[in-house]
Amino acid sequence: MKHVNVEQVQKKMGSRLFANTFAKTLFLLATLFGLVVLVVLIYRVIQDGAAWINFDFLTNKLSTDPERAGIMGAILGTLWLMAVVAPVTMVLGVGTAIYLEEYAKKGRIQSIIQTNISNLAGVPSVVFGLLGLTVFARGMELGNVVLAGGLTMALLVLPVVVVSSQEAIRAVPQFLREASFGMGATKWQTVKNVVLPASLPGILTGTILALSRAIGETAPLVVLGIPALLIPLPDSIFDKFTILPVQIYYWTLDSALVAEYTNLAAATILILLIVLFVMNSVAILIRNKFQKRY
Amino acid sequence: MTVLTGKANAKTNNLSASTGSETENKKIVYNTKDLNLWYGEDHALKNINLPIHENEVTAIIGPSGCGKSTYIKTLNRMVEMIPIVRISGEILYRERNIFDKNFQVEDLRTRVGMVFQKPNPFPKSIYENVAYGPKIHGIRDKKILDEIVEKSLKGAAIWNEVKDRLNENAYGLSGGQQQRLCIARALAIEPDVILMDEPTSALDPISTLKVEELVQELKKDFSIIIVTHNMQQAARISDKTAFFLSGEVIEFAETDKIFSTPSDKRTEDYITGRFG
Repeated sequence: MKHVNVEQVQKKMGSRLFANTFAKTLFLLATLFGLVVLVVLIYRVIQDGAAWINFDFLTNKLSTDPERAGIMGAILGTLWLMAVVAPVTMVLGVGTAIYLEEYAKKGRIQSIIQTNISNLAGVPSVVFGLLGLTVFARGMELGNVVLAGGLTMALLVLPVVVVSSQEAIRAVPQFLREASFGMGATKWQTVKNVVLPASLPGILTGTILALSRAIGETAPLVVLGIPALLIPLPDSIFDKFTILPVQIYYWTLDSALVAEYTNLAAATILILLIVLFVMNSVAILIRNKFQKRY
Repeated sequence: MTVLTGKANAKTNNLSASTGSETENKKIVYNTKDLNLWYGEDHALKNINLPIHENEVTAIIGPSGCGKSTYIKTLNRMVEMIPIVRISGEILYRERNIFDKNFQVEDLRTRVGMVFQKPNPFPKSIYENVAYGPKIHGIRDKKILDEIVEKSLKGAAIWNEVKDRLNENAYGLSGGQQQRLCIARALAIEPDVILMDEPTSALDPISTLKVEELVQELKKDFSIIIVTHNMQQAARISDKTAFFLSGEVIEFAETDKIFSTPSDKRTEDYITGRFG
């Protein structure tokens, strides 16, 4: 006797097909929800801010008069901040990744370090702000200048750079290392000539994505006490500074006092989004261009 | 080709399993004495004793998992890249123990080149692949590098195929060409011994034939140790053959003898295809 009864199957066919369509619709709605919210957000921001973006807005200094206020200070501050964050995270992050992947003996200690790095990536950014305030701004008496902010941000994104660099290094096939060692190369020669060139695209992609996260972070710098006051344009890493998201934050806070601040904040958001979009595109381009098949 | 090593003089070795009078006059390059190797608890090589003579092709045959690849990787200490490996006994290379603290592993690997199972060129140009070894050993002079590259590619019988595209990426070559490029890359460090770990297992029959012919050429200047799971290949190209089984050397003798009148029953069973 057969176990699959054709009549039974046909009777249940309707409800099975309904469940199938229902599931598909549910997942489509889930996808659309995020997309719709994003579109609405961008639409509102463009509506509020697009008209305010012009040459003066980009090149003027901060001012209490909305008509004369510009974001030159925040743009320069962001650039200076990157000038600290980029080299510090590259050196520390890639160095750590190379050590963990190529030199460290696989064992308990290595796995403890590994777990901690992964956990560090999940620590809230405001905690890093407190760390920066305690160690760099007060402990090392740097004050709330670019260097202190940059080091804080570097620590914040370091775990991301370490983990993504590790993944890039791990993706370098073992047989390439063997070929190099087989000719009498030292570890460092192998890392320098074989492993790093092969993993560089992955490392760069990870680093750029980490930097774009640093550009968008607000909390650590607010904790660090980045001034909302009118300050001179920063000229070095030892100057006080502000950055785009902090500028957005303070304008939004004060928008109850001056209505036009809402528009200034929206315009700044647009600039920030464009910068992030460009950075992420570059990261994706690098990844696609250098993707190698072994 | 220049031999970079010292001029160690081998005396007649009583461990030699060979019988030919021609062989006894040849120097020993590698002498393995009571070698044992463990992967963790797994005893992979058991009391290996094996003298290997210069300017000969020594084939190592045996079924999968018999330890033949492990053994050849021990000869240039590549096996130590696996962290759980433990070794006892000694391997004398030109009468120096390769496990001696004063014998730098980089030094050993400069004298002993290796060709791997799967062609593994670097994702660099053909030229850069061959120049890699000389460069890491400090040769910067472009003229000398050009000369080494040409000589090595000619030595590996691939010069005519690639001389017009030295700056193209090595990944554009066919599998067989890539493997000969890897042989050229090994020749570029002017080694004394070339270790080959199943160098034709990933190649088609025509490419395999080319590599086999090349091995015959190379033995004039180098000592070659080749692991193969292809018994016909061992019979075709080697002077001596060692038969490995479960981590032990069952029989080591002239290739002719192994394939015509093996003295051990297990060798006979294996070469006649009764197992393996």
